[in-house]
Amino acid sequence: MAREQPTQQPPPVQRLRIRYAKRGRLRFTSHRDFSRAFERAVFRARVPMAYSSGFNPHPRISYAGAAPTGSASEAEYLEIALAQSVDIAAIQALLVEALPTGLDILEVVDSTGPALSDLLQASRWQIEIAVPAADLVPAVDRFREAESVVVERMTKKGLREFDCRAPVVEMVASAAGEDGSATVVDLLLRHTVPSVRPDDVLSGICAVAGLELSAVPLLTRLSQGLLDEDTHEISDPLHAS
Amino acid sequence: MPESVFPRLEPILPTVSKPIQYVGGELNSTLKDWDCGSSTPGGGETVRWALMYPDAYEVGLPNQGVQILYEVLNERDWILAERTYAVWPDLEEKMRAGDAQGPIPQFTVDAHRPVRAFDVFGLSFSTELGYTNMLNALDLAGIALHAAERTEDDPIVLAGGHAAFNPEPIARFIDAAVLGDGEEVVLAISEVVREWKTQGRPGGREELLRRLAVTGNIYVPMFYDVSYLEAGPGRGQVAAVLPNRPGIPARVTKHTLMDLDAWPYPAKPLVPLAETVHERFSVEIFRGCTRGCRFCQAGMITRPVRERSLKTIGDMVENGIRTTGFEEVGLLSLSSADHTEIAEVAKGLADRYEGSNVSLSLPSTRVDAFNITLANEFSRNGRRSGLTFAPEGGSERMRKVINKMVSEDDLIRTVATAYSHGWRQVKLYFMVGLPTETDEDVLQIADLAKRVIAKGREVSGRNDIRCTVSIGGFVPKPHTPFQWAAQLDHETTDARLTRLRDTVRDDKRYGRAIGFRYHDGKPGTIEGLLSRGDRRVGAVIEQAWRDGGRFDGWSEHFSYDRWYAAATTGLAGTGVDLDWYTVRERGYDEVLPWDHLDSGLDKDWLWADWEDAIDPTSVVEVEDCRWTPCYDCGVCPEMGTEIQIGPTGQQLLPLSVV
Repeated sequence: MAREQPTQQPPPVQRLRIRYAKRGRLRFTSHRDFSRAFERAVFRARVPMAYSSGFNPHPRISYAGAAPTGSASEAEYLEIALAQSVDIAAIQALLVEALPTGLDILEVVDSTGPALSDLLQASRWQIEIAVPAADLVPAVDRFREAESVVVERMTKKGLREFDCRAPVVEMVASAAGEDGSATVVDLLLRHTVPSVRPDDVLSGICAVAGLELSAVPLLTRLSQGLLDEDTHEISDPLHAS
Repeated sequence: MPESVFPRLEPILPTVSKPIQYVGGELNSTLKDWDCGSSTPGGGETVRWALMYPDAYEVGLPNQGVQILYEVLNERDWILAERTYAVWPDLEEKMRAGDAQGPIPQFTVDAHRPVRAFDVFGLSFSTELGYTNMLNALDLAGIALHAAERTEDDPIVLAGGHAAFNPEPIARFIDAAVLGDGEEVVLAISEVVREWKTQGRPGGREELLRRLAVTGNIYVPMFYDVSYLEAGPGRGQVAAVLPNRPGIPARVTKHTLMDLDAWPYPAKPLVPLAETVHERFSVEIFRGCTRGCRFCQAGMITRPVRERSLKTIGDMVENGIRTTGFEEVGLLSLSSADHTEIAEVAKGLADRYEGSNVSLSLPSTRVDAFNITLANEFSRNGRRSGLTFAPEGGSERMRKVINKMVSEDDLIRTVATAYSHGWRQVKLYFMVGLPTETDEDVLQIADLAKRVIAKGREVSGRNDIRCTVSIGGFVPKPHTPFQWAAQLDHETTDARLTRLRDTVRDDKRYGRAIGFRYHDGKPGTIEGLLSRGDRRVGAVIEQAWRDGGRFDGWSEHFSYDRWYAAATTGLAGTGVDLDWYTVRERGYDEVLPWDHLDSGLDKDWLWADWEDAIDPTSVVEVEDCRWTPCYDCGVCPEMGTEIQIGPTGQQLLPLSVV
């Protein structure tokens, strides 16, 4: 007896791209946690999802460049494929309702142009940390002057060593808080393989300056998209033409 | 108003594993004003509950009991309920180390309030292995470990759940215990607390506990004295448990919720962001079971059977999947195929969700209640992943001892039907260590599994037939006919399991088609100590916790050596030991530590059933009082309850498309 083949699913009729934010306490949501929550949300919102073919059909959702667990983001992106055409505004309202506050759907548009992952070339990050600017600003300067800064991070494949200087396109540190007891670092980071995260850059800054951080930084991705190499502007990937 | 500890937790969270489990904010969770009662008409007191499932978030969050009580309590505008779970050792260490303000206390995940600030700290115990987690939570919360040392600033520590039917081992740590269904009694407790607070807390903590105790439904251990026999053949046994002040009832009775259709909870099921052990929405289709399996504490203490009607089940399923987004629905009960209208429920739901990705599952199906039409309905929209049956006893003789009268031929016929209809995998559950069991009884599990595979290959004509044999060690439980039984020592348990495993593996024809899952017998011995223990066992639990005991339900955290040492220290000077509590058979005349706690079961009926179980000549089969005459277990007359079952004769109508 031949094994039965699963039914083939029809191809999608519409694709939507979505920008969402991870805010407040829900920034501790891991990427896996988010994808489970989002799958439930599309079902709850009765979005007419297209499903993958196979013995265990899954709704067709593709994620691009998720921010690390614990960092907040105003600019996360994903794409969904639909079995029926929908009214975009209505879908957006339903999805907002179906996700917990803190996982916030910000924008939904029809997919156009190149693959989403090709449009996400760089990210602008904000690093807030309760370390005096007097300590951190000179350290950031020394980091920028360096040709390369090698750091280590434990990955799933073991301890990896990589240069965290090269992907840094732009970085400015300034005093925050009334007495300058905290620092805000504005960081423009190119997406590379292996990926360098803003906390790697922070480790690199500490390494070159011999600094020990006494506080845990709050990382927020402010935007991501295509990088203009001249102006260092990041353009909106949902409206790239 | 107590401050949220979240700002203090926030810098720590990035450094611990799976921080999402500590942040709350789940879909359908509730955040209420700390003084919500003051904005009610009349501006009254607020009653505040911290509810704990004393295990990790991933196990605790899906727990139906806690979700139901959380919702029932929060529906009242003068009650606030928040949830708390056991924190993993990595976070515990950092909470104890603390920050500039000192240690970070046990907190709720909803508003991150310190547990000590609440009026009632309610814990739901499905298993006794959560006791050390309770002690750890109390300690982290800054609440005195012993009830006698608590002050006006501490909450009432209240235990519920199945393990609370013998709360004696934790009597010194809890202020009160509730037996039975929680929905109504948590509201009754809240009323008592509100009245006492409104009156300006007259008589302090003790008066509040007295008011709870006189209701007859709430057990307050400190109002009872336990004495032990100091001489004679029963030396060391409980002599008596007696109220130590006027007005306290001699016996405390369990609470039974009638008319489950009036309580369709959870109506707003929590949807976790973190991964949990049950990624599905569950509807309890009935509560209670009268099948009479003698080992089954759940079946004994939740009587009588109370069904939810077909219509309510249909409404709850639809509401549940729409409010959660779960696509898998489990129809829960102790024996789900026994619902009087299960066929109509299955067909109705399968029709409703035809063509969607909603899948239905029916955990806990009896071999004799299984039929292929039902199984087909449940797999109509999904895959034929696997079927699970629980014969429990390996030999026909054992199944007679436990009163789970499934014949081997019945089982083979059932699996043959399943295999011939396209199922490839059958899971079988058994217990080892049952009363009167011998090696031979256990080895028959191997024969049975081989017959299952042989039959499967025969009827399907295929070789990729699998059977997984899952085995647990039997632990005798209070309020069952086996409450008098000697528990099998873990050495013999392990020896029998090893022999069985080798027997299965050695057979080249079947060995690879049979999976074998079992746990060693040591945790069962400790569970046995905690299940049938008395107040003296409290010292053992405390010692085990002080020696680092946490998460005892997790094999990677459980340490038998730690418990064994704690039992030696904790029981020193009592004249009794670990073996006395576990491998010793009890007699008719012995006062059992839980005799003053009334589950409704007539002790003489339990004893007669125990004698029938171990009498090799007995021909008694206890049938089910749902469809045969009452056999006088005692519950309905004692509790003033009755069986509530269908059929209603209704059908599930198709849902109108919006």
